[in-house]
Amino acid sequence: MTALISVQEASKIYQTSRGTTVSLDRVSLDVEEGEFITLVGPSGCGKSTMLNLVAGLITPTSGSVLVRDEVVTGPGPDRGVIFQQYALFPWLTAQENVEFGLRLQGLSKRDRAQKARHYLELVGLKDFANALPKELSGGMKQRCAIARAYAVNPSLLLMDEPFGALDALTRVQMQEDLLETWSRDKRTVLFITHDVDEAVYLANRVVVMSARPGRIKEIIDVTLPYPRNEELRLSPEFAELRARVWRGVHHRD
Amino acid sequence: MSAASLEAPATDAAASKGSRSRQGTRSLVPLYIATFVIGIGLWAVAGMIADNPLIPSPLSVVVSGWESILDGTLWEHTSASLLRVLVGFGLGVALAVPAGFLMGWYWLVRGLVEPWIQFFRTVPPLALIPLVIVILGIGENARIFVIFLASFLSCVIATFQGVKNVDVTLINAARVLGAKDLTIFARVVVPASTPFIFVGMRTALGSAWATLVASELVAAPSGLGRMMQAASQFLDTETIMVGILMIGILGFAMDRLLLLVERRLTAWQEVRA
Ligand SMILES: Nc1ncnc2c1ncn2[C@@H]1O[C@H](COP(=O)(O)OP(=O)(O)OP(=O)(O)O)[C@@H](O)[C@H]1O
Ligand SMILES: [Mg+2]
Repeated sequence: MTALISVQEASKIYQTSRGTTVSLDRVSLDVEEGEFITLVGPSGCGKSTMLNLVAGLITPTSGSVLVRDEVVTGPGPDRGVIFQQYALFPWLTAQENVEFGLRLQGLSKRDRAQKARHYLELVGLKDFANALPKELSGGMKQRCAIARAYAVNPSLLLMDEPFGALDALTRVQMQEDLLETWSRDKRTVLFITHDVDEAVYLANRVVVMSARPGRIKEIIDVTLPYPRNEELRLSPEFAELRARVWRGVHHRD
Repeated sequence: MSAASLEAPATDAAASKGSRSRQGTRSLVPLYIATFVIGIGLWAVAGMIADNPLIPSPLSVVVSGWESILDGTLWEHTSASLLRVLVGFGLGVALAVPAGFLMGWYWLVRGLVEPWIQFFRTVPPLALIPLVIVILGIGENARIFVIFLASFLSCVIATFQGVKNVDVTLINAARVLGAKDLTIFARVVVPASTPFIFVGMRTALGSAWATLVASELVAAPSGLGRMMQAASQFLDTETIMVGILMIGILGFAMDRLLLLVERRLTAWQEVRA
């Protein structure tokens, strides 16, 4: 079986007035259908760049990115993206934001509203359906962005630090919900995080990246079985894996 | 379709906006009234001290204004000027908004059009009057054209800036949800640049009024500028004052009206000047 996502020797080089940045340096990664991959690494190591390549928002300077054996030439609703900066449309209410993608799929007004309400409820924003983004807190904006991405039902979810702005409690809740929908709907997830704990808890493989130039340093298999629960976080196996990822992120060789 | 998407924020915002301006009104309106009373009082006192028949008192200006209302001349001049401003400003904005969009969206249009606009922006529209008169004559067309040009140039740059400033992440967000160029334009670029367009429209309105009087100095049969110029030949400072006040009041009222519409349509903004 061929991989769902195949990044082959992909490089991304940015030329700016301040010089050349090698954001990604000949990175290769294969992701199978149904995998949950987390990407960790220091700030500026090219995590977002990697995600944007797969999303089709940027093209590699060299190398190639394939999704389902086809070269990625642009974005598409089969790959849902949750951006690091929320990217909610400020002139639309929470519900209208969620409806944006549904409308493009040609759903009727009623179906749109019903579906949007369902996903807003899923992320705990039912009572804020008519609120504008400026009236939402950072975490609420992030949850609204998640609902918007879930709503179009993409088979591949690309998430750029989606839980970064959430408080610890909501964060854990969102992790549980994400794992639940993931195992139920058999989606494939590429998930960026700064949080080593989160990286291990969610993933079946953790991709550790290093900066300047952006490279994949290590890929760690998380052998813990799903479904996972809170107790797992306290287990010695978890601690061991977390230590390995931690060393990968923080050690320079 | 963007009208529909703007509806909900507008009503939402109207509520929050309403409470905010109510609060503002409560504290500031007495001050507004006071400063007008004081200003007019000072004017009256200055007029008495100067004791110069060419410095009109507030009362004589009111009397003069009232007389010109009664004999219909004020309305005749005001409506002529108002029509010119509305037509010139309307045409200017109606052309500037699509032009600004095209410039912001297509690099080809931008490259071909922007240099001209930047150049003519540095030339005051009034400096074009002699040329316009030669080409278009001294009729109504020439006057409206100058007002049109002034409004257009003010508004097109603002619209263009608005399109250029649209947050790329928002465009990307629309793209990953499946939106193509036309949808992105209508549902992201247009709403996102609305605040800029309104800034442009308000500047354009100011430019339109600023150009009006000068455009009427040349052989206009009627209009506030014409009225004031004629009065000036008879040293009729009261009528001149009436004209100035009329222009001020109309300009202010139209600006407020635009502001009101702007606040309704762009209440979704995080920060507001
Ligand atoms: N559009 C761009 N133009 C120039 N340089 C860029 C651009 N986008 C990213 N870079 C550079 O590429 C490198 C990687 O950026 P990227 O956003 O992928 O990092 P990241 O791993 O997501 O970091 P963070 O964890 O802080 O979000 C950085 O050094 C950044 O300066
Ligand atoms: Mg990033």
